[in-house]
Amino acid sequence: MPERVISFAQAIAEAVEGIMEEDPRFQLMGARFTGHTKSARVMDPIIERYADRISWPPISEIAYCGVAIGAAISGVRSIVEMSTATFSYEAIPQIVNEAAIVHANSNGRISAPVVFHVLYGIRGAGAAQHSGSPQGWYWSAPGLQVAMPATPADMKGLLRYAALRSKGPTVLLDHQRLMEGFGPVPEGPFEIPFGQASVEREGDDVTILGTSIQVQRALEAADILYRDHGLAAEVLDLRTLQPLDHATIARSVKKTGRVVVTDESPEDAGVATVLAGIVASEMFDSLRAPVKRVGVLPTPVPYAKGMEDFVTPRVDRIVAAALEVAKR
Amino acid sequence: MPTERAADLLRRMLRIRRLEEKLVHLAEDKTLIRAHYHLYVGQEAAGVGACSALRREDLVFTTHRNHGHVVAKGGDPFRVIAEVIGRRDGYLGGRGGTFHVAAPEIGIPHTSAIVGGSLPIAAGTAWAAKLARAGRVTVVFFGDGVMEEGVFYETLNIAQLWRLPILFYMENNSVTPEERPGRGSPTSSHAAKALSEVPRAFGIDTTVLDGTRVDGVAEAIGALVARMRRGEGPFFVESRTTRWPGNYGSFPRLPGGDTDIDWAWDRERPVEEVRSWHAESDPILLWTRECERSGALSRDAIRTIDREVREEIEKAAAAALASPPPDPASALEHTYA
Repeated sequence: MPERVISFAQAIAEAVEGIMEEDPRFQLMGARFTGHTKSARVMDPIIERYADRISWPPISEIAYCGVAIGAAISGVRSIVEMSTATFSYEAIPQIVNEAAIVHANSNGRISAPVVFHVLYGIRGAGAAQHSGSPQGWYWSAPGLQVAMPATPADMKGLLRYAALRSKGPTVLLDHQRLMEGFGPVPEGPFEIPFGQASVEREGDDVTILGTSIQVQRALEAADILYRDHGLAAEVLDLRTLQPLDHATIARSVKKTGRVVVTDESPEDAGVATVLAGIVASEMFDSLRAPVKRVGVLPTPVPYAKGMEDFVTPRVDRIVAAALEVAKR
Repeated sequence: MPTERAADLLRRMLRIRRLEEKLVHLAEDKTLIRAHYHLYVGQEAAGVGACSALRREDLVFTTHRNHGHVVAKGGDPFRVIAEVIGRRDGYLGGRGGTFHVAAPEIGIPHTSAIVGGSLPIAAGTAWAAKLARAGRVTVVFFGDGVMEEGVFYETLNIAQLWRLPILFYMENNSVTPEERPGRGSPTSSHAAKALSEVPRAFGIDTTVLDGTRVDGVAEAIGALVARMRRGEGPFFVESRTTRWPGNYGSFPRLPGGDTDIDWAWDRERPVEEVRSWHAESDPILLWTRECERSGALSRDAIRTIDREVREEIEKAAAAALASPPPDPASALEHTYA
């Protein structure tokens, strides 16, 4: 039977519909998951069907995130759809200083299973305040899980797992530029448990560790590396930063000995650097070259297209990094 | 008021006072209470009066100044003291300390020590109760300083838009005795002339209370809670108390030593620094005097209650001191749910 192929945006809609169907108490706080894209209407039927379980709060991020935390403590799960990731900065006190800590701080007696859904990254013309990538910040807050789907199947399975099964809070970061991407997605409900990286493409010469949109860019880079340079890149989709699948990373690094890490957040103090540190400190004996990082160049993201492209962790930058580690 | 009820309110307030006096003594040993801490002395009538209107399943949220609310809601003094000194039998196994004392089993799920941190979370529990038509109410206690935070306004707005069964119980604890019955808000940090005008601007039913009068608080909150159970809400209360002289600065002191219950009728005996405060503003001595005046309790009965509470707290403190510290390596447990 041929695989069914749907878009990332359609995968979100399927996931949300399945979640609402399975848990009759489940609530949505906002429901326009796909941002200002061609897919903006994909949620319309769900919004109509589940209107009584969808709240449209005022522009009060810190308060409505806190409300979702309190509801979760009381047994009512929800997804908080925050739209642009930078808006979640207004709610950092609740996400980082409350949701993340309630489980440990209660000595394991309560928890706040809320999904904070944000659209992060360089969406195109977002300029400095609508192109933010806070995954590193959230990853550095013990108690928060961080999920970054790269494919429509990831999206459907990770969102469902976070919403219905996870016992703790999750920040799920989507990239708006993924929305119209297509991929095979099983019909019906399924879950992808956290902490399971996926090998999206096998290869022996270089490992590319990626998150979210960088996995798609890494796959394009792998095509170029093979076609133009005869290099076989192995591409890992990490799916979740917290928990992180160390074992799958180590298996691949052992095989290739050469690693490029790529994530669309600031390169110097972002996810790419942390991943490079983990590879270097845990897998040093497997390495045959220094780990290369490809992230956002460290400046507030500019508006003009040429400048914006310049700071983006583009396919050609991944290719260049892979060639550099491969020649060692 | 029936004798039994009068005695119960007195006993509950004394339990908080004696526990916190004990904490000040324990704090002389810096290995027990390792940083600054906040006492509820002078506000006991607010917590006890308000919580006397609640059921076990109703939820309470408190602040960095939480010992009194936890005990008022029915918390075990042993487990409160053990938490404050970081011991295994503390409500949070020593993870929280004085900043975070909470007790999920009696309806205090999570205590934020960030100014305003609990407000939206409390609103969320009220939202969940409303969705489930549970008839359960939430009371969130907070200080007047919270009204300087943006989260206060966002939360009030949502609570009122969504008609949540929540009582915002603001404890204004720096009002002079003369101003307690009034409405003015003597704070240099807020532009509003009367803090109670702020929730009123949101259309929220707002009551200003003398927070030193336990019977008045209990009656007023009882009425509001009954209305919330019928589906009304939110409500706002400003509870006005006068700051206890020991509460200036981050490290509380006992300027006059432990409160002597006999000061209720022997008003000249406390040292000068606290004399007028105990005479005019100490909710426990005000209630003691009222119980005697009304005939609800005799002096002997009052002294007996006080002695029993002191013995109870001594036992609780001894048990807390005997509780072992948590295993250091267990620090890593429960990070992820």
